[in-house]
Amino acid sequence: MRIVQMQMNKTVRGDPMPTMLKVNGTSRQVDVPGEKPLLWVLREDLGYLGPKFGCGAGLCGACTVHLDGQAIRSCITPINAVGEGAITTIEGVAASAVGKRVSDAWVDIDVPQCGYCQAGQIMSAVALLESNPAPSDSDIDAAMAGNLCRCGTYHRIRDAIKQAAGGANAR
Amino acid sequence: MLADRRLALKAMLAAGGTLAFDIQIAGAQGAKPGGAASARINAYVAIAADNTVTITSKNPEIGQGVKAMLPMLIAEELDVAWGSVKVEQAVADQSRFGEQFAGGSMSTPMNWMPMRQAGATARAMIVAAAAKQWGVPAADITTSAGEVIHAASKRRAPYAALAAAAAKEAVPDVASLKLKDPASFTIIGKPVPGPDTPAIVAGKPLFGVDTVLPGMVHAALLTAPVRGATLKSHDAAKALALPGVRKVVPLRQLGHDDAPVDALAVMADSWWTASEARKLLDAQWDNGGREKHSDATFAAAAKAAFAGAPAASVRKEGDAAAALAKAAKVVSAEYSYPFLAHATLEPQNCTAQVKDGKAELWAPSQMPDEGKGMVAKALGVAPDAVTVNLTRIGGGFGRRLQSDFMVLVAMIAREVPGVPVKLILEREEDFRLDFFRPAGFHKFDAALDAQGKLTAFRTHLVTFGAKGQPGRGGELPNDLVPANLVPNADLGMTVLDSNVPLGWLRAPGSNALAYATQAFLDEVAAAAGKTLPAFMLDVLGEARAVVPPKIPGVPDIFQPPPFDTGRAAGVIREVMKNAAWQEKPAKGRGFGFYFSHLGYFAVVADVAEADGALRVTKMWVAGDIGSTVINPMNAEQQIRGSMIEGIGHVIGGLKVPVEGGQVQVANFDAYPLPRIDVVPPIEIAMVRTDNPPTGLGEPALPPVVAAVANAISSLTGKRVRSLPYQA
Ligand code: FES
Ligand code: FES
Repeated sequence: MRIVQMQMNKTVRGDPMPTMLKVNGTSRQVDVPGEKPLLWVLREDLGYLGPKFGCGAGLCGACTVHLDGQAIRSCITPINAVGEGAITTIEGVAASAVGKRVSDAWVDIDVPQCGYCQAGQIMSAVALLESNPAPSDSDIDAAMAGNLCRCGTYHRIRDAIKQAAGGANAR
Repeated sequence: MLADRRLALKAMLAAGGTLAFDIQIAGAQGAKPGGAASARINAYVAIAADNTVTITSKNPEIGQGVKAMLPMLIAEELDVAWGSVKVEQAVADQSRFGEQFAGGSMSTPMNWMPMRQAGATARAMIVAAAAKQWGVPAADITTSAGEVIHAASKRRAPYAALAAAAAKEAVPDVASLKLKDPASFTIIGKPVPGPDTPAIVAGKPLFGVDTVLPGMVHAALLTAPVRGATLKSHDAAKALALPGVRKVVPLRQLGHDDAPVDALAVMADSWWTASEARKLLDAQWDNGGREKHSDATFAAAAKAAFAGAPAASVRKEGDAAAALAKAAKVVSAEYSYPFLAHATLEPQNCTAQVKDGKAELWAPSQMPDEGKGMVAKALGVAPDAVTVNLTRIGGGFGRRLQSDFMVLVAMIAREVPGVPVKLILEREEDFRLDFFRPAGFHKFDAALDAQGKLTAFRTHLVTFGAKGQPGRGGELPNDLVPANLVPNADLGMTVLDSNVPLGWLRAPGSNALAYATQAFLDEVAAAAGKTLPAFMLDVLGEARAVVPPKIPGVPDIFQPPPFDTGRAAGVIREVMKNAAWQEKPAKGRGFGFYFSHLGYFAVVADVAEADGALRVTKMWVAGDIGSTVINPMNAEQQIRGSMIEGIGHVIGGLKVPVEGGQVQVANFDAYPLPRIDVVPPIEIAMVRTDNPPTGLGEPALPPVVAAVANAISSLTGKRVRSLPYQA
């Protein structure tokens, strides 16, 4: 395997190699270097354009997807770190009961403004509710603080999480 | 209509003019048909066989909700049920749609009548077609929810049955149209969700970055750390050796006319590869002395300017110096605020295909027509050789009023004729290539008489720009409150040069001026023994329209609008009532008022300290945007979003420092925008007045910055004379 050493970057980049990924319940093969971030494999190689590029550094949450149910930042996750794990993207999140409830609440409350952050917000919200079905305000703040919404849709994000959790629609 | 479009737009974006727009509703000629088996009646309306109505939304959607709002206006007067409406995004074609831009909170005031007229026109043509078919007078025909009704003969028909005939009817004269009585509105004023919301939630590709075309290549850009530096030499060998890299092209003096950049563009089969290759580029830049610009030199220059008189006078009324000399009390203070970035969550990007003297772009631009002209100029082709498709936009905030990215991608695509190229900026480049909210320094003096009445107001603003002219968002308006309300006023300005390109950030000008003036007036009010809202009510005086002096060379419709002291007092009283404002408010409570973009807004903020950090615990806002809130569902969000952004201007450390000619922000870790955990409950009240409806994307923001700063001053006992707040 040929390795190209990056000058300004610590990462190394290998030759393309076949890798199997399980995305939204389907196994898909890609032929890319193992260092390629999951975000760009999803967007460029597999056609899942729902996860978004915001910062490329784990700072904004726009690229959030699930790996075995955990919310991860796909922009800083190389695919060689994914292994056999099951990846869920916004395109597949409504297949689970919680994902469906969250997606429905998001539509019902009309959470998005520009909408760019929302895929990431929904993925973080679903991961939260999967592990904590009745989150308090501070649970929500803690789980969602990694997801930037430049438009400031935070009140509705809270409302939608509470609605999906079955709680009161309190501000 | 516009003698000097750029000047006019500048005036509009800054303040919002006094508006009287004409409407031209083009017929169906030249428009795409409205889909299968549908008849297009005019540029905005097509009706399908199943009676669904496709309505074209002409302006770019940046999250301001225009894709619901404009079609709502059309659907209302077309008299169809909102449930039967499908919304389609227009391409950039001002010959068909008139002005198409997202800025200045202007979509509502500019389109309130024209879009209603567009709907009413289509309705009148459908009615005329029915009248002909049924042989009855058009006046006897009514409509309801997409049906034409002739009550006397009990005949009804869906619009679809008449649409093809209607399309052949003469376009009626706008003056002959009878618009609905607002009391009978069924769509305007009702909460309508965003038409794209289900697609967004499903993760559908809607945004500029999601553009995918067959055979497309991906581009990343490397620019100089020092803005404006020129490319001396470069070595692309290592980048080109990376598998998948197609080409590296130097770009010189491209982007925006007044802020051109040199850059190296990498094209590759994947954006990740292009981005990796970008790191391998070896580039030498000539800074041309620009590294002399830094926050320290700016502050020193402002200090020197304050020692003398302003370089330019913006307004002089009475004799401020004399009034200050004989005042019972004089209050003086200096205020400052930093450069700010737009930091849209979707980084700047654009896709282009250039071939045979023609170009097609997929552009997330707030001002696509200007971008189209810039691309045509750069490519040396006629503007109509450039087609611009509008994508949904992942946040605008004014950044995408500069369409520099359209020029950059077009010039990259020119290097690979026929191949579509998608350019996405790295976050670091997005910060580097921003057009920043200008920093500013104010010196203020105010005079109070023995009764505590404001008799004089003077400010010297040190702002940024070029050749003595302030840059975008750095202007000192002649109608600055309270200079427009006191007998003696003196507004002066000094403009500093820098290499920091300036741009309109949400509520440009106002977002900084509201803070500085209302925070200073909080000090003046205290010296007068009053709270700020009570003092403001005194300064406003009786209800009247205060007309600012005309700005020479600006067409009448873009002159700064009159300021209605009654509407201002109305929102101040409303927010005082809702927040139970008291003569001696509790510590940590602050107030701010501002008028911008034709909207009057007053805000009360409560601030408290917890775990050594300050947080806003509650906010109240009262706003007056006229008679009608067109879409309450979106209005609420626009106000909250503005207010959350306003908190961010004060608390959290938001600023773009400049050192050695370089902006010191590369990613969100150094640009702490508000997160969910800082968001307080917000109580919103709208005051309805008998005025035409105006926009909501911006005017709620400016008073928030002042209210939060004043609340901190109240809590800590120390004036917040510089932003962002630092303990
Ligand atoms: S793009 Fe991954 S966290 Fe911002
Ligand atoms: S909706 Fe625009 S960034 Fe969240």
